[in-house]
Amino acid sequence: MAAIDILGLEKTYQVGFWRKRPKQALKALHLSVEHGEVFGFLGPNGAGKTTTLKMLMGLVYPTAGTARILDMELDDPRMKAQIGFLPEQPYFYDYLTARELLDYYGQLSGVPGKERPQKIREMLELVGLRDAAGVQLRKFSKGMLQRVGIAQAILHDPKVVFLDEPMSGLDPMGRREVRDLMERLKNEGKTVFFSTHILSDAEALCDRVAIINMGELRGVGTVAALTSSVQGKIELVWQGTTVPTFLKSLNAECHVTRETVRAILPEQNQDAALDGLRRERLQLISLTPVRTSLEEYFVAQVQPNGATAGGRQ
Amino acid sequence: MSASRRVTIVAGVLLIASVAGVILTLRLVDQNRTSATLEEVLYISSPQAVKRLSLGYDGLLADIYWTRAVQYFGSQHMMQSARYDLLAPLLDITTTLDPHLLVAYEFGSHFLAGQSPNGAGMPEKAAELVERGIRNNPNEWRLYYNLGFVYYLEMKDYAKATEAFAQGSGVPNAHPFMKILAANMAQHAGELETARMLWQTTYATTKEDLIRKNAVAHLRALKVDEDITELEKLVAAYQQQTGVNPSSFNALIGKGMLPGVPVDPDGKPYKLMADGRIELHNPDDFAFVEKGLPPGFQPKPPKF
Amino acid sequence: MNSRIFHIAANTFREAVRDRVLYNLIAFALLMSGAAILVGQISIEIERLVVINLGLTAVSLFGVVIAIFIGIGLVSKEIDKRTLYTVLSRPVRRWEFITGKFFGLAGTLAVNTFLMAIGVFAALLYVSHHFQKSDGWLLVALYFIALQFVILTALALFFSSFSSPLLSAVFAFALFVIGSFAEDLRGFARMAHGLERWLATAAAYLVPNFSALNIISSVAHGQPVSGQLIFYNSLYALIYASMALCGAVLIFERRNLK
Repeated sequence: MAAIDILGLEKTYQVGFWRKRPKQALKALHLSVEHGEVFGFLGPNGAGKTTTLKMLMGLVYPTAGTARILDMELDDPRMKAQIGFLPEQPYFYDYLTARELLDYYGQLSGVPGKERPQKIREMLELVGLRDAAGVQLRKFSKGMLQRVGIAQAILHDPKVVFLDEPMSGLDPMGRREVRDLMERLKNEGKTVFFSTHILSDAEALCDRVAIINMGELRGVGTVAALTSSVQGKIELVWQGTTVPTFLKSLNAECHVTRETVRAILPEQNQDAALDGLRRERLQLISLTPVRTSLEEYFVAQVQPNGATAGGRQ
Repeated sequence: MSASRRVTIVAGVLLIASVAGVILTLRLVDQNRTSATLEEVLYISSPQAVKRLSLGYDGLLADIYWTRAVQYFGSQHMMQSARYDLLAPLLDITTTLDPHLLVAYEFGSHFLAGQSPNGAGMPEKAAELVERGIRNNPNEWRLYYNLGFVYYLEMKDYAKATEAFAQGSGVPNAHPFMKILAANMAQHAGELETARMLWQTTYATTKEDLIRKNAVAHLRALKVDEDITELEKLVAAYQQQTGVNPSSFNALIGKGMLPGVPVDPDGKPYKLMADGRIELHNPDDFAFVEKGLPPGFQPKPPKF
Repeated sequence: MNSRIFHIAANTFREAVRDRVLYNLIAFALLMSGAAILVGQISIEIERLVVINLGLTAVSLFGVVIAIFIGIGLVSKEIDKRTLYTVLSRPVRRWEFITGKFFGLAGTLAVNTFLMAIGVFAALLYVSHHFQKSDGWLLVALYFIALQFVILTALALFFSSFSSPLLSAVFAFALFVIGSFAEDLRGFARMAHGLERWLATAAAYLVPNFSALNIISSVAHGQPVSGQLIFYNSLYALIYASMALCGAVLIFERRNLK
């Protein structure tokens, strides 16, 4: 039994006032996330990430398909007591202080009255807001709001945590802190499902990722597996000042600096390139495999003429 | 989504139940509101104050007060109340807010002027009201008609009535009978025929349901009065001839004075009493009659 | 379940207070003091009348404005600002949210009315120097005004669950005005015929009957109110508010939040 089971969730909006045209925000999505996984949900803006999250939270009703979290229905209060949610660019009741907000949410999540003050103190300490506990939220900076957001998401010790773009708008320090928090959550055995379009974060944190574009799933798997599916590249550096003609047919990207030329080309053209260099008697300086990043995979999947339609290569 | 469905069903059922509940409870609330609450209807009793507070929405407020006047009259009438204290102020406010609401003046000329228990019994107030109406609408012949009506029928001031009808006949588009009425006032004031003409005119020209029904009741009463006057003449003649009162109508029929047993407008036969008086079969059915009532009988207002 | 509704209600109350709603009491106090002093000086035998009429009308109008202004945003503001997301992702049912919001605003208005009542009685004491026995009926009038607020709050909440704040305000205000003339609406209905009569009668029954709850001028004249009327009016307000709330719950339950 997976922590999150998405079975064909679909959402089509009716757009327009008089003549409604259907707009498919999410095509039938099948996905499952295991317990204790850190799962990254990647995609460009408008791909359907937030729509998916909203359906899982019961804020939006799917036009087709179902989902189960912790093997319970989406509207089951027992399930909701065990999940936490941080929405994108969150906004909280700005007339409350941080402490009051967490207290309110704690009440709603059923945290017993006796435990609340202690838990709130812990949370504020954890997200580094201890000194701002009595400050009204309307005075909070974006980073502080994000931290309060995380605090309210984990206050009641949920088993599954959903984060929508948790790093958005944060400076590098802030992002580092959030990443550390997410590591900590993982170490506590929680399942973390987060959406983002910052791929480096996903690479660093996730056990598995899913890539979604234009409402459609384009790939699921571990980072390693996905990136290995993309064609490898190598980097050749040699002494020279011009780009030799033979490189043009080898699908190479070339950069010329004062004394050297650097070319990045597909792995399979490596031998042909080396032959060419030897023929022209060019001095090779280095040959390095380029580690393909998730970005490459991502871009490949997201291009309109992109490789395959969903699934692995 | 079973929890959601449950909520939807419960809320839906409760909604329907509460709609029914709202209607039922409202009726109960109504029953418990005393007539004193009608005083609240005149929350502000000065017409000038109402006009000032109306913020310019005079027309709508006038309509509202007009509706209230009609409702008030109707409900008092149904309760067979003899008092219509609020009618004058209500009509006052209505016509202050909208001096061109002609039907209000007409209503006042009938029911403000009319005698209790059919009306408020305030003919002077009614005349005042209609005169104000004429000042504001000098070219409405009907208002002159209403004024003449009040003077003639309720105040028995034939001179003023003639004046009103004569003035009205001079107004453009006046109904031709205004001249006829003016002429009749002079010669046949006080006669049943004149009264009948007035009521028939009212019946023919009014657009108000209540006023029409009122006119019908009066016309019926006039017929009865006329009939009985004639019958009384016959009885007197019989008495002169025979020295005794007729025992029944058959006696009169036998003498060729009547073609058959006389019947009232409802088709019920008149009763010939021992002392020679004529009485109605069902006095209750006829309002406004002056003859044909048993002694000490209290007439009731007509049911509209 | 009950505790969640209570917490939401308490938070709604807190929001209203921090939104400086209760500052309207200052304006009210100024109004009452000014009126009392002015009338006390003129002394034209109707001081009591003026204080009661003015005071109760002010209580009613101030409260109506508050009920509408806050009520229309109860749901729509939370959706716009997306504060609702983190609430509904918790074990809070949508209908609990609506109910909690209702009690929060109704509670705020109750407190507001109570404080204003003190102001009215204070002004009354000032102009007439002692209380009369018939002044007790003022409490009933105030209670009826509070019932008006209950109905209006439920209506504003109903509109807020599906409509923008501006439209909600227009609808709610329109219903308040029409409801104040509910009696006349029924009068119109009685005088109409055919389809119009049916429509007008239906409207007259469904529109909130604020005119039955407005006994300001009769208590100004010291007239008593029957216990039965108090009971039936309370019942009416309760059922009407439930009707509006059920509508709000039904609409909100199926709504996709943006």
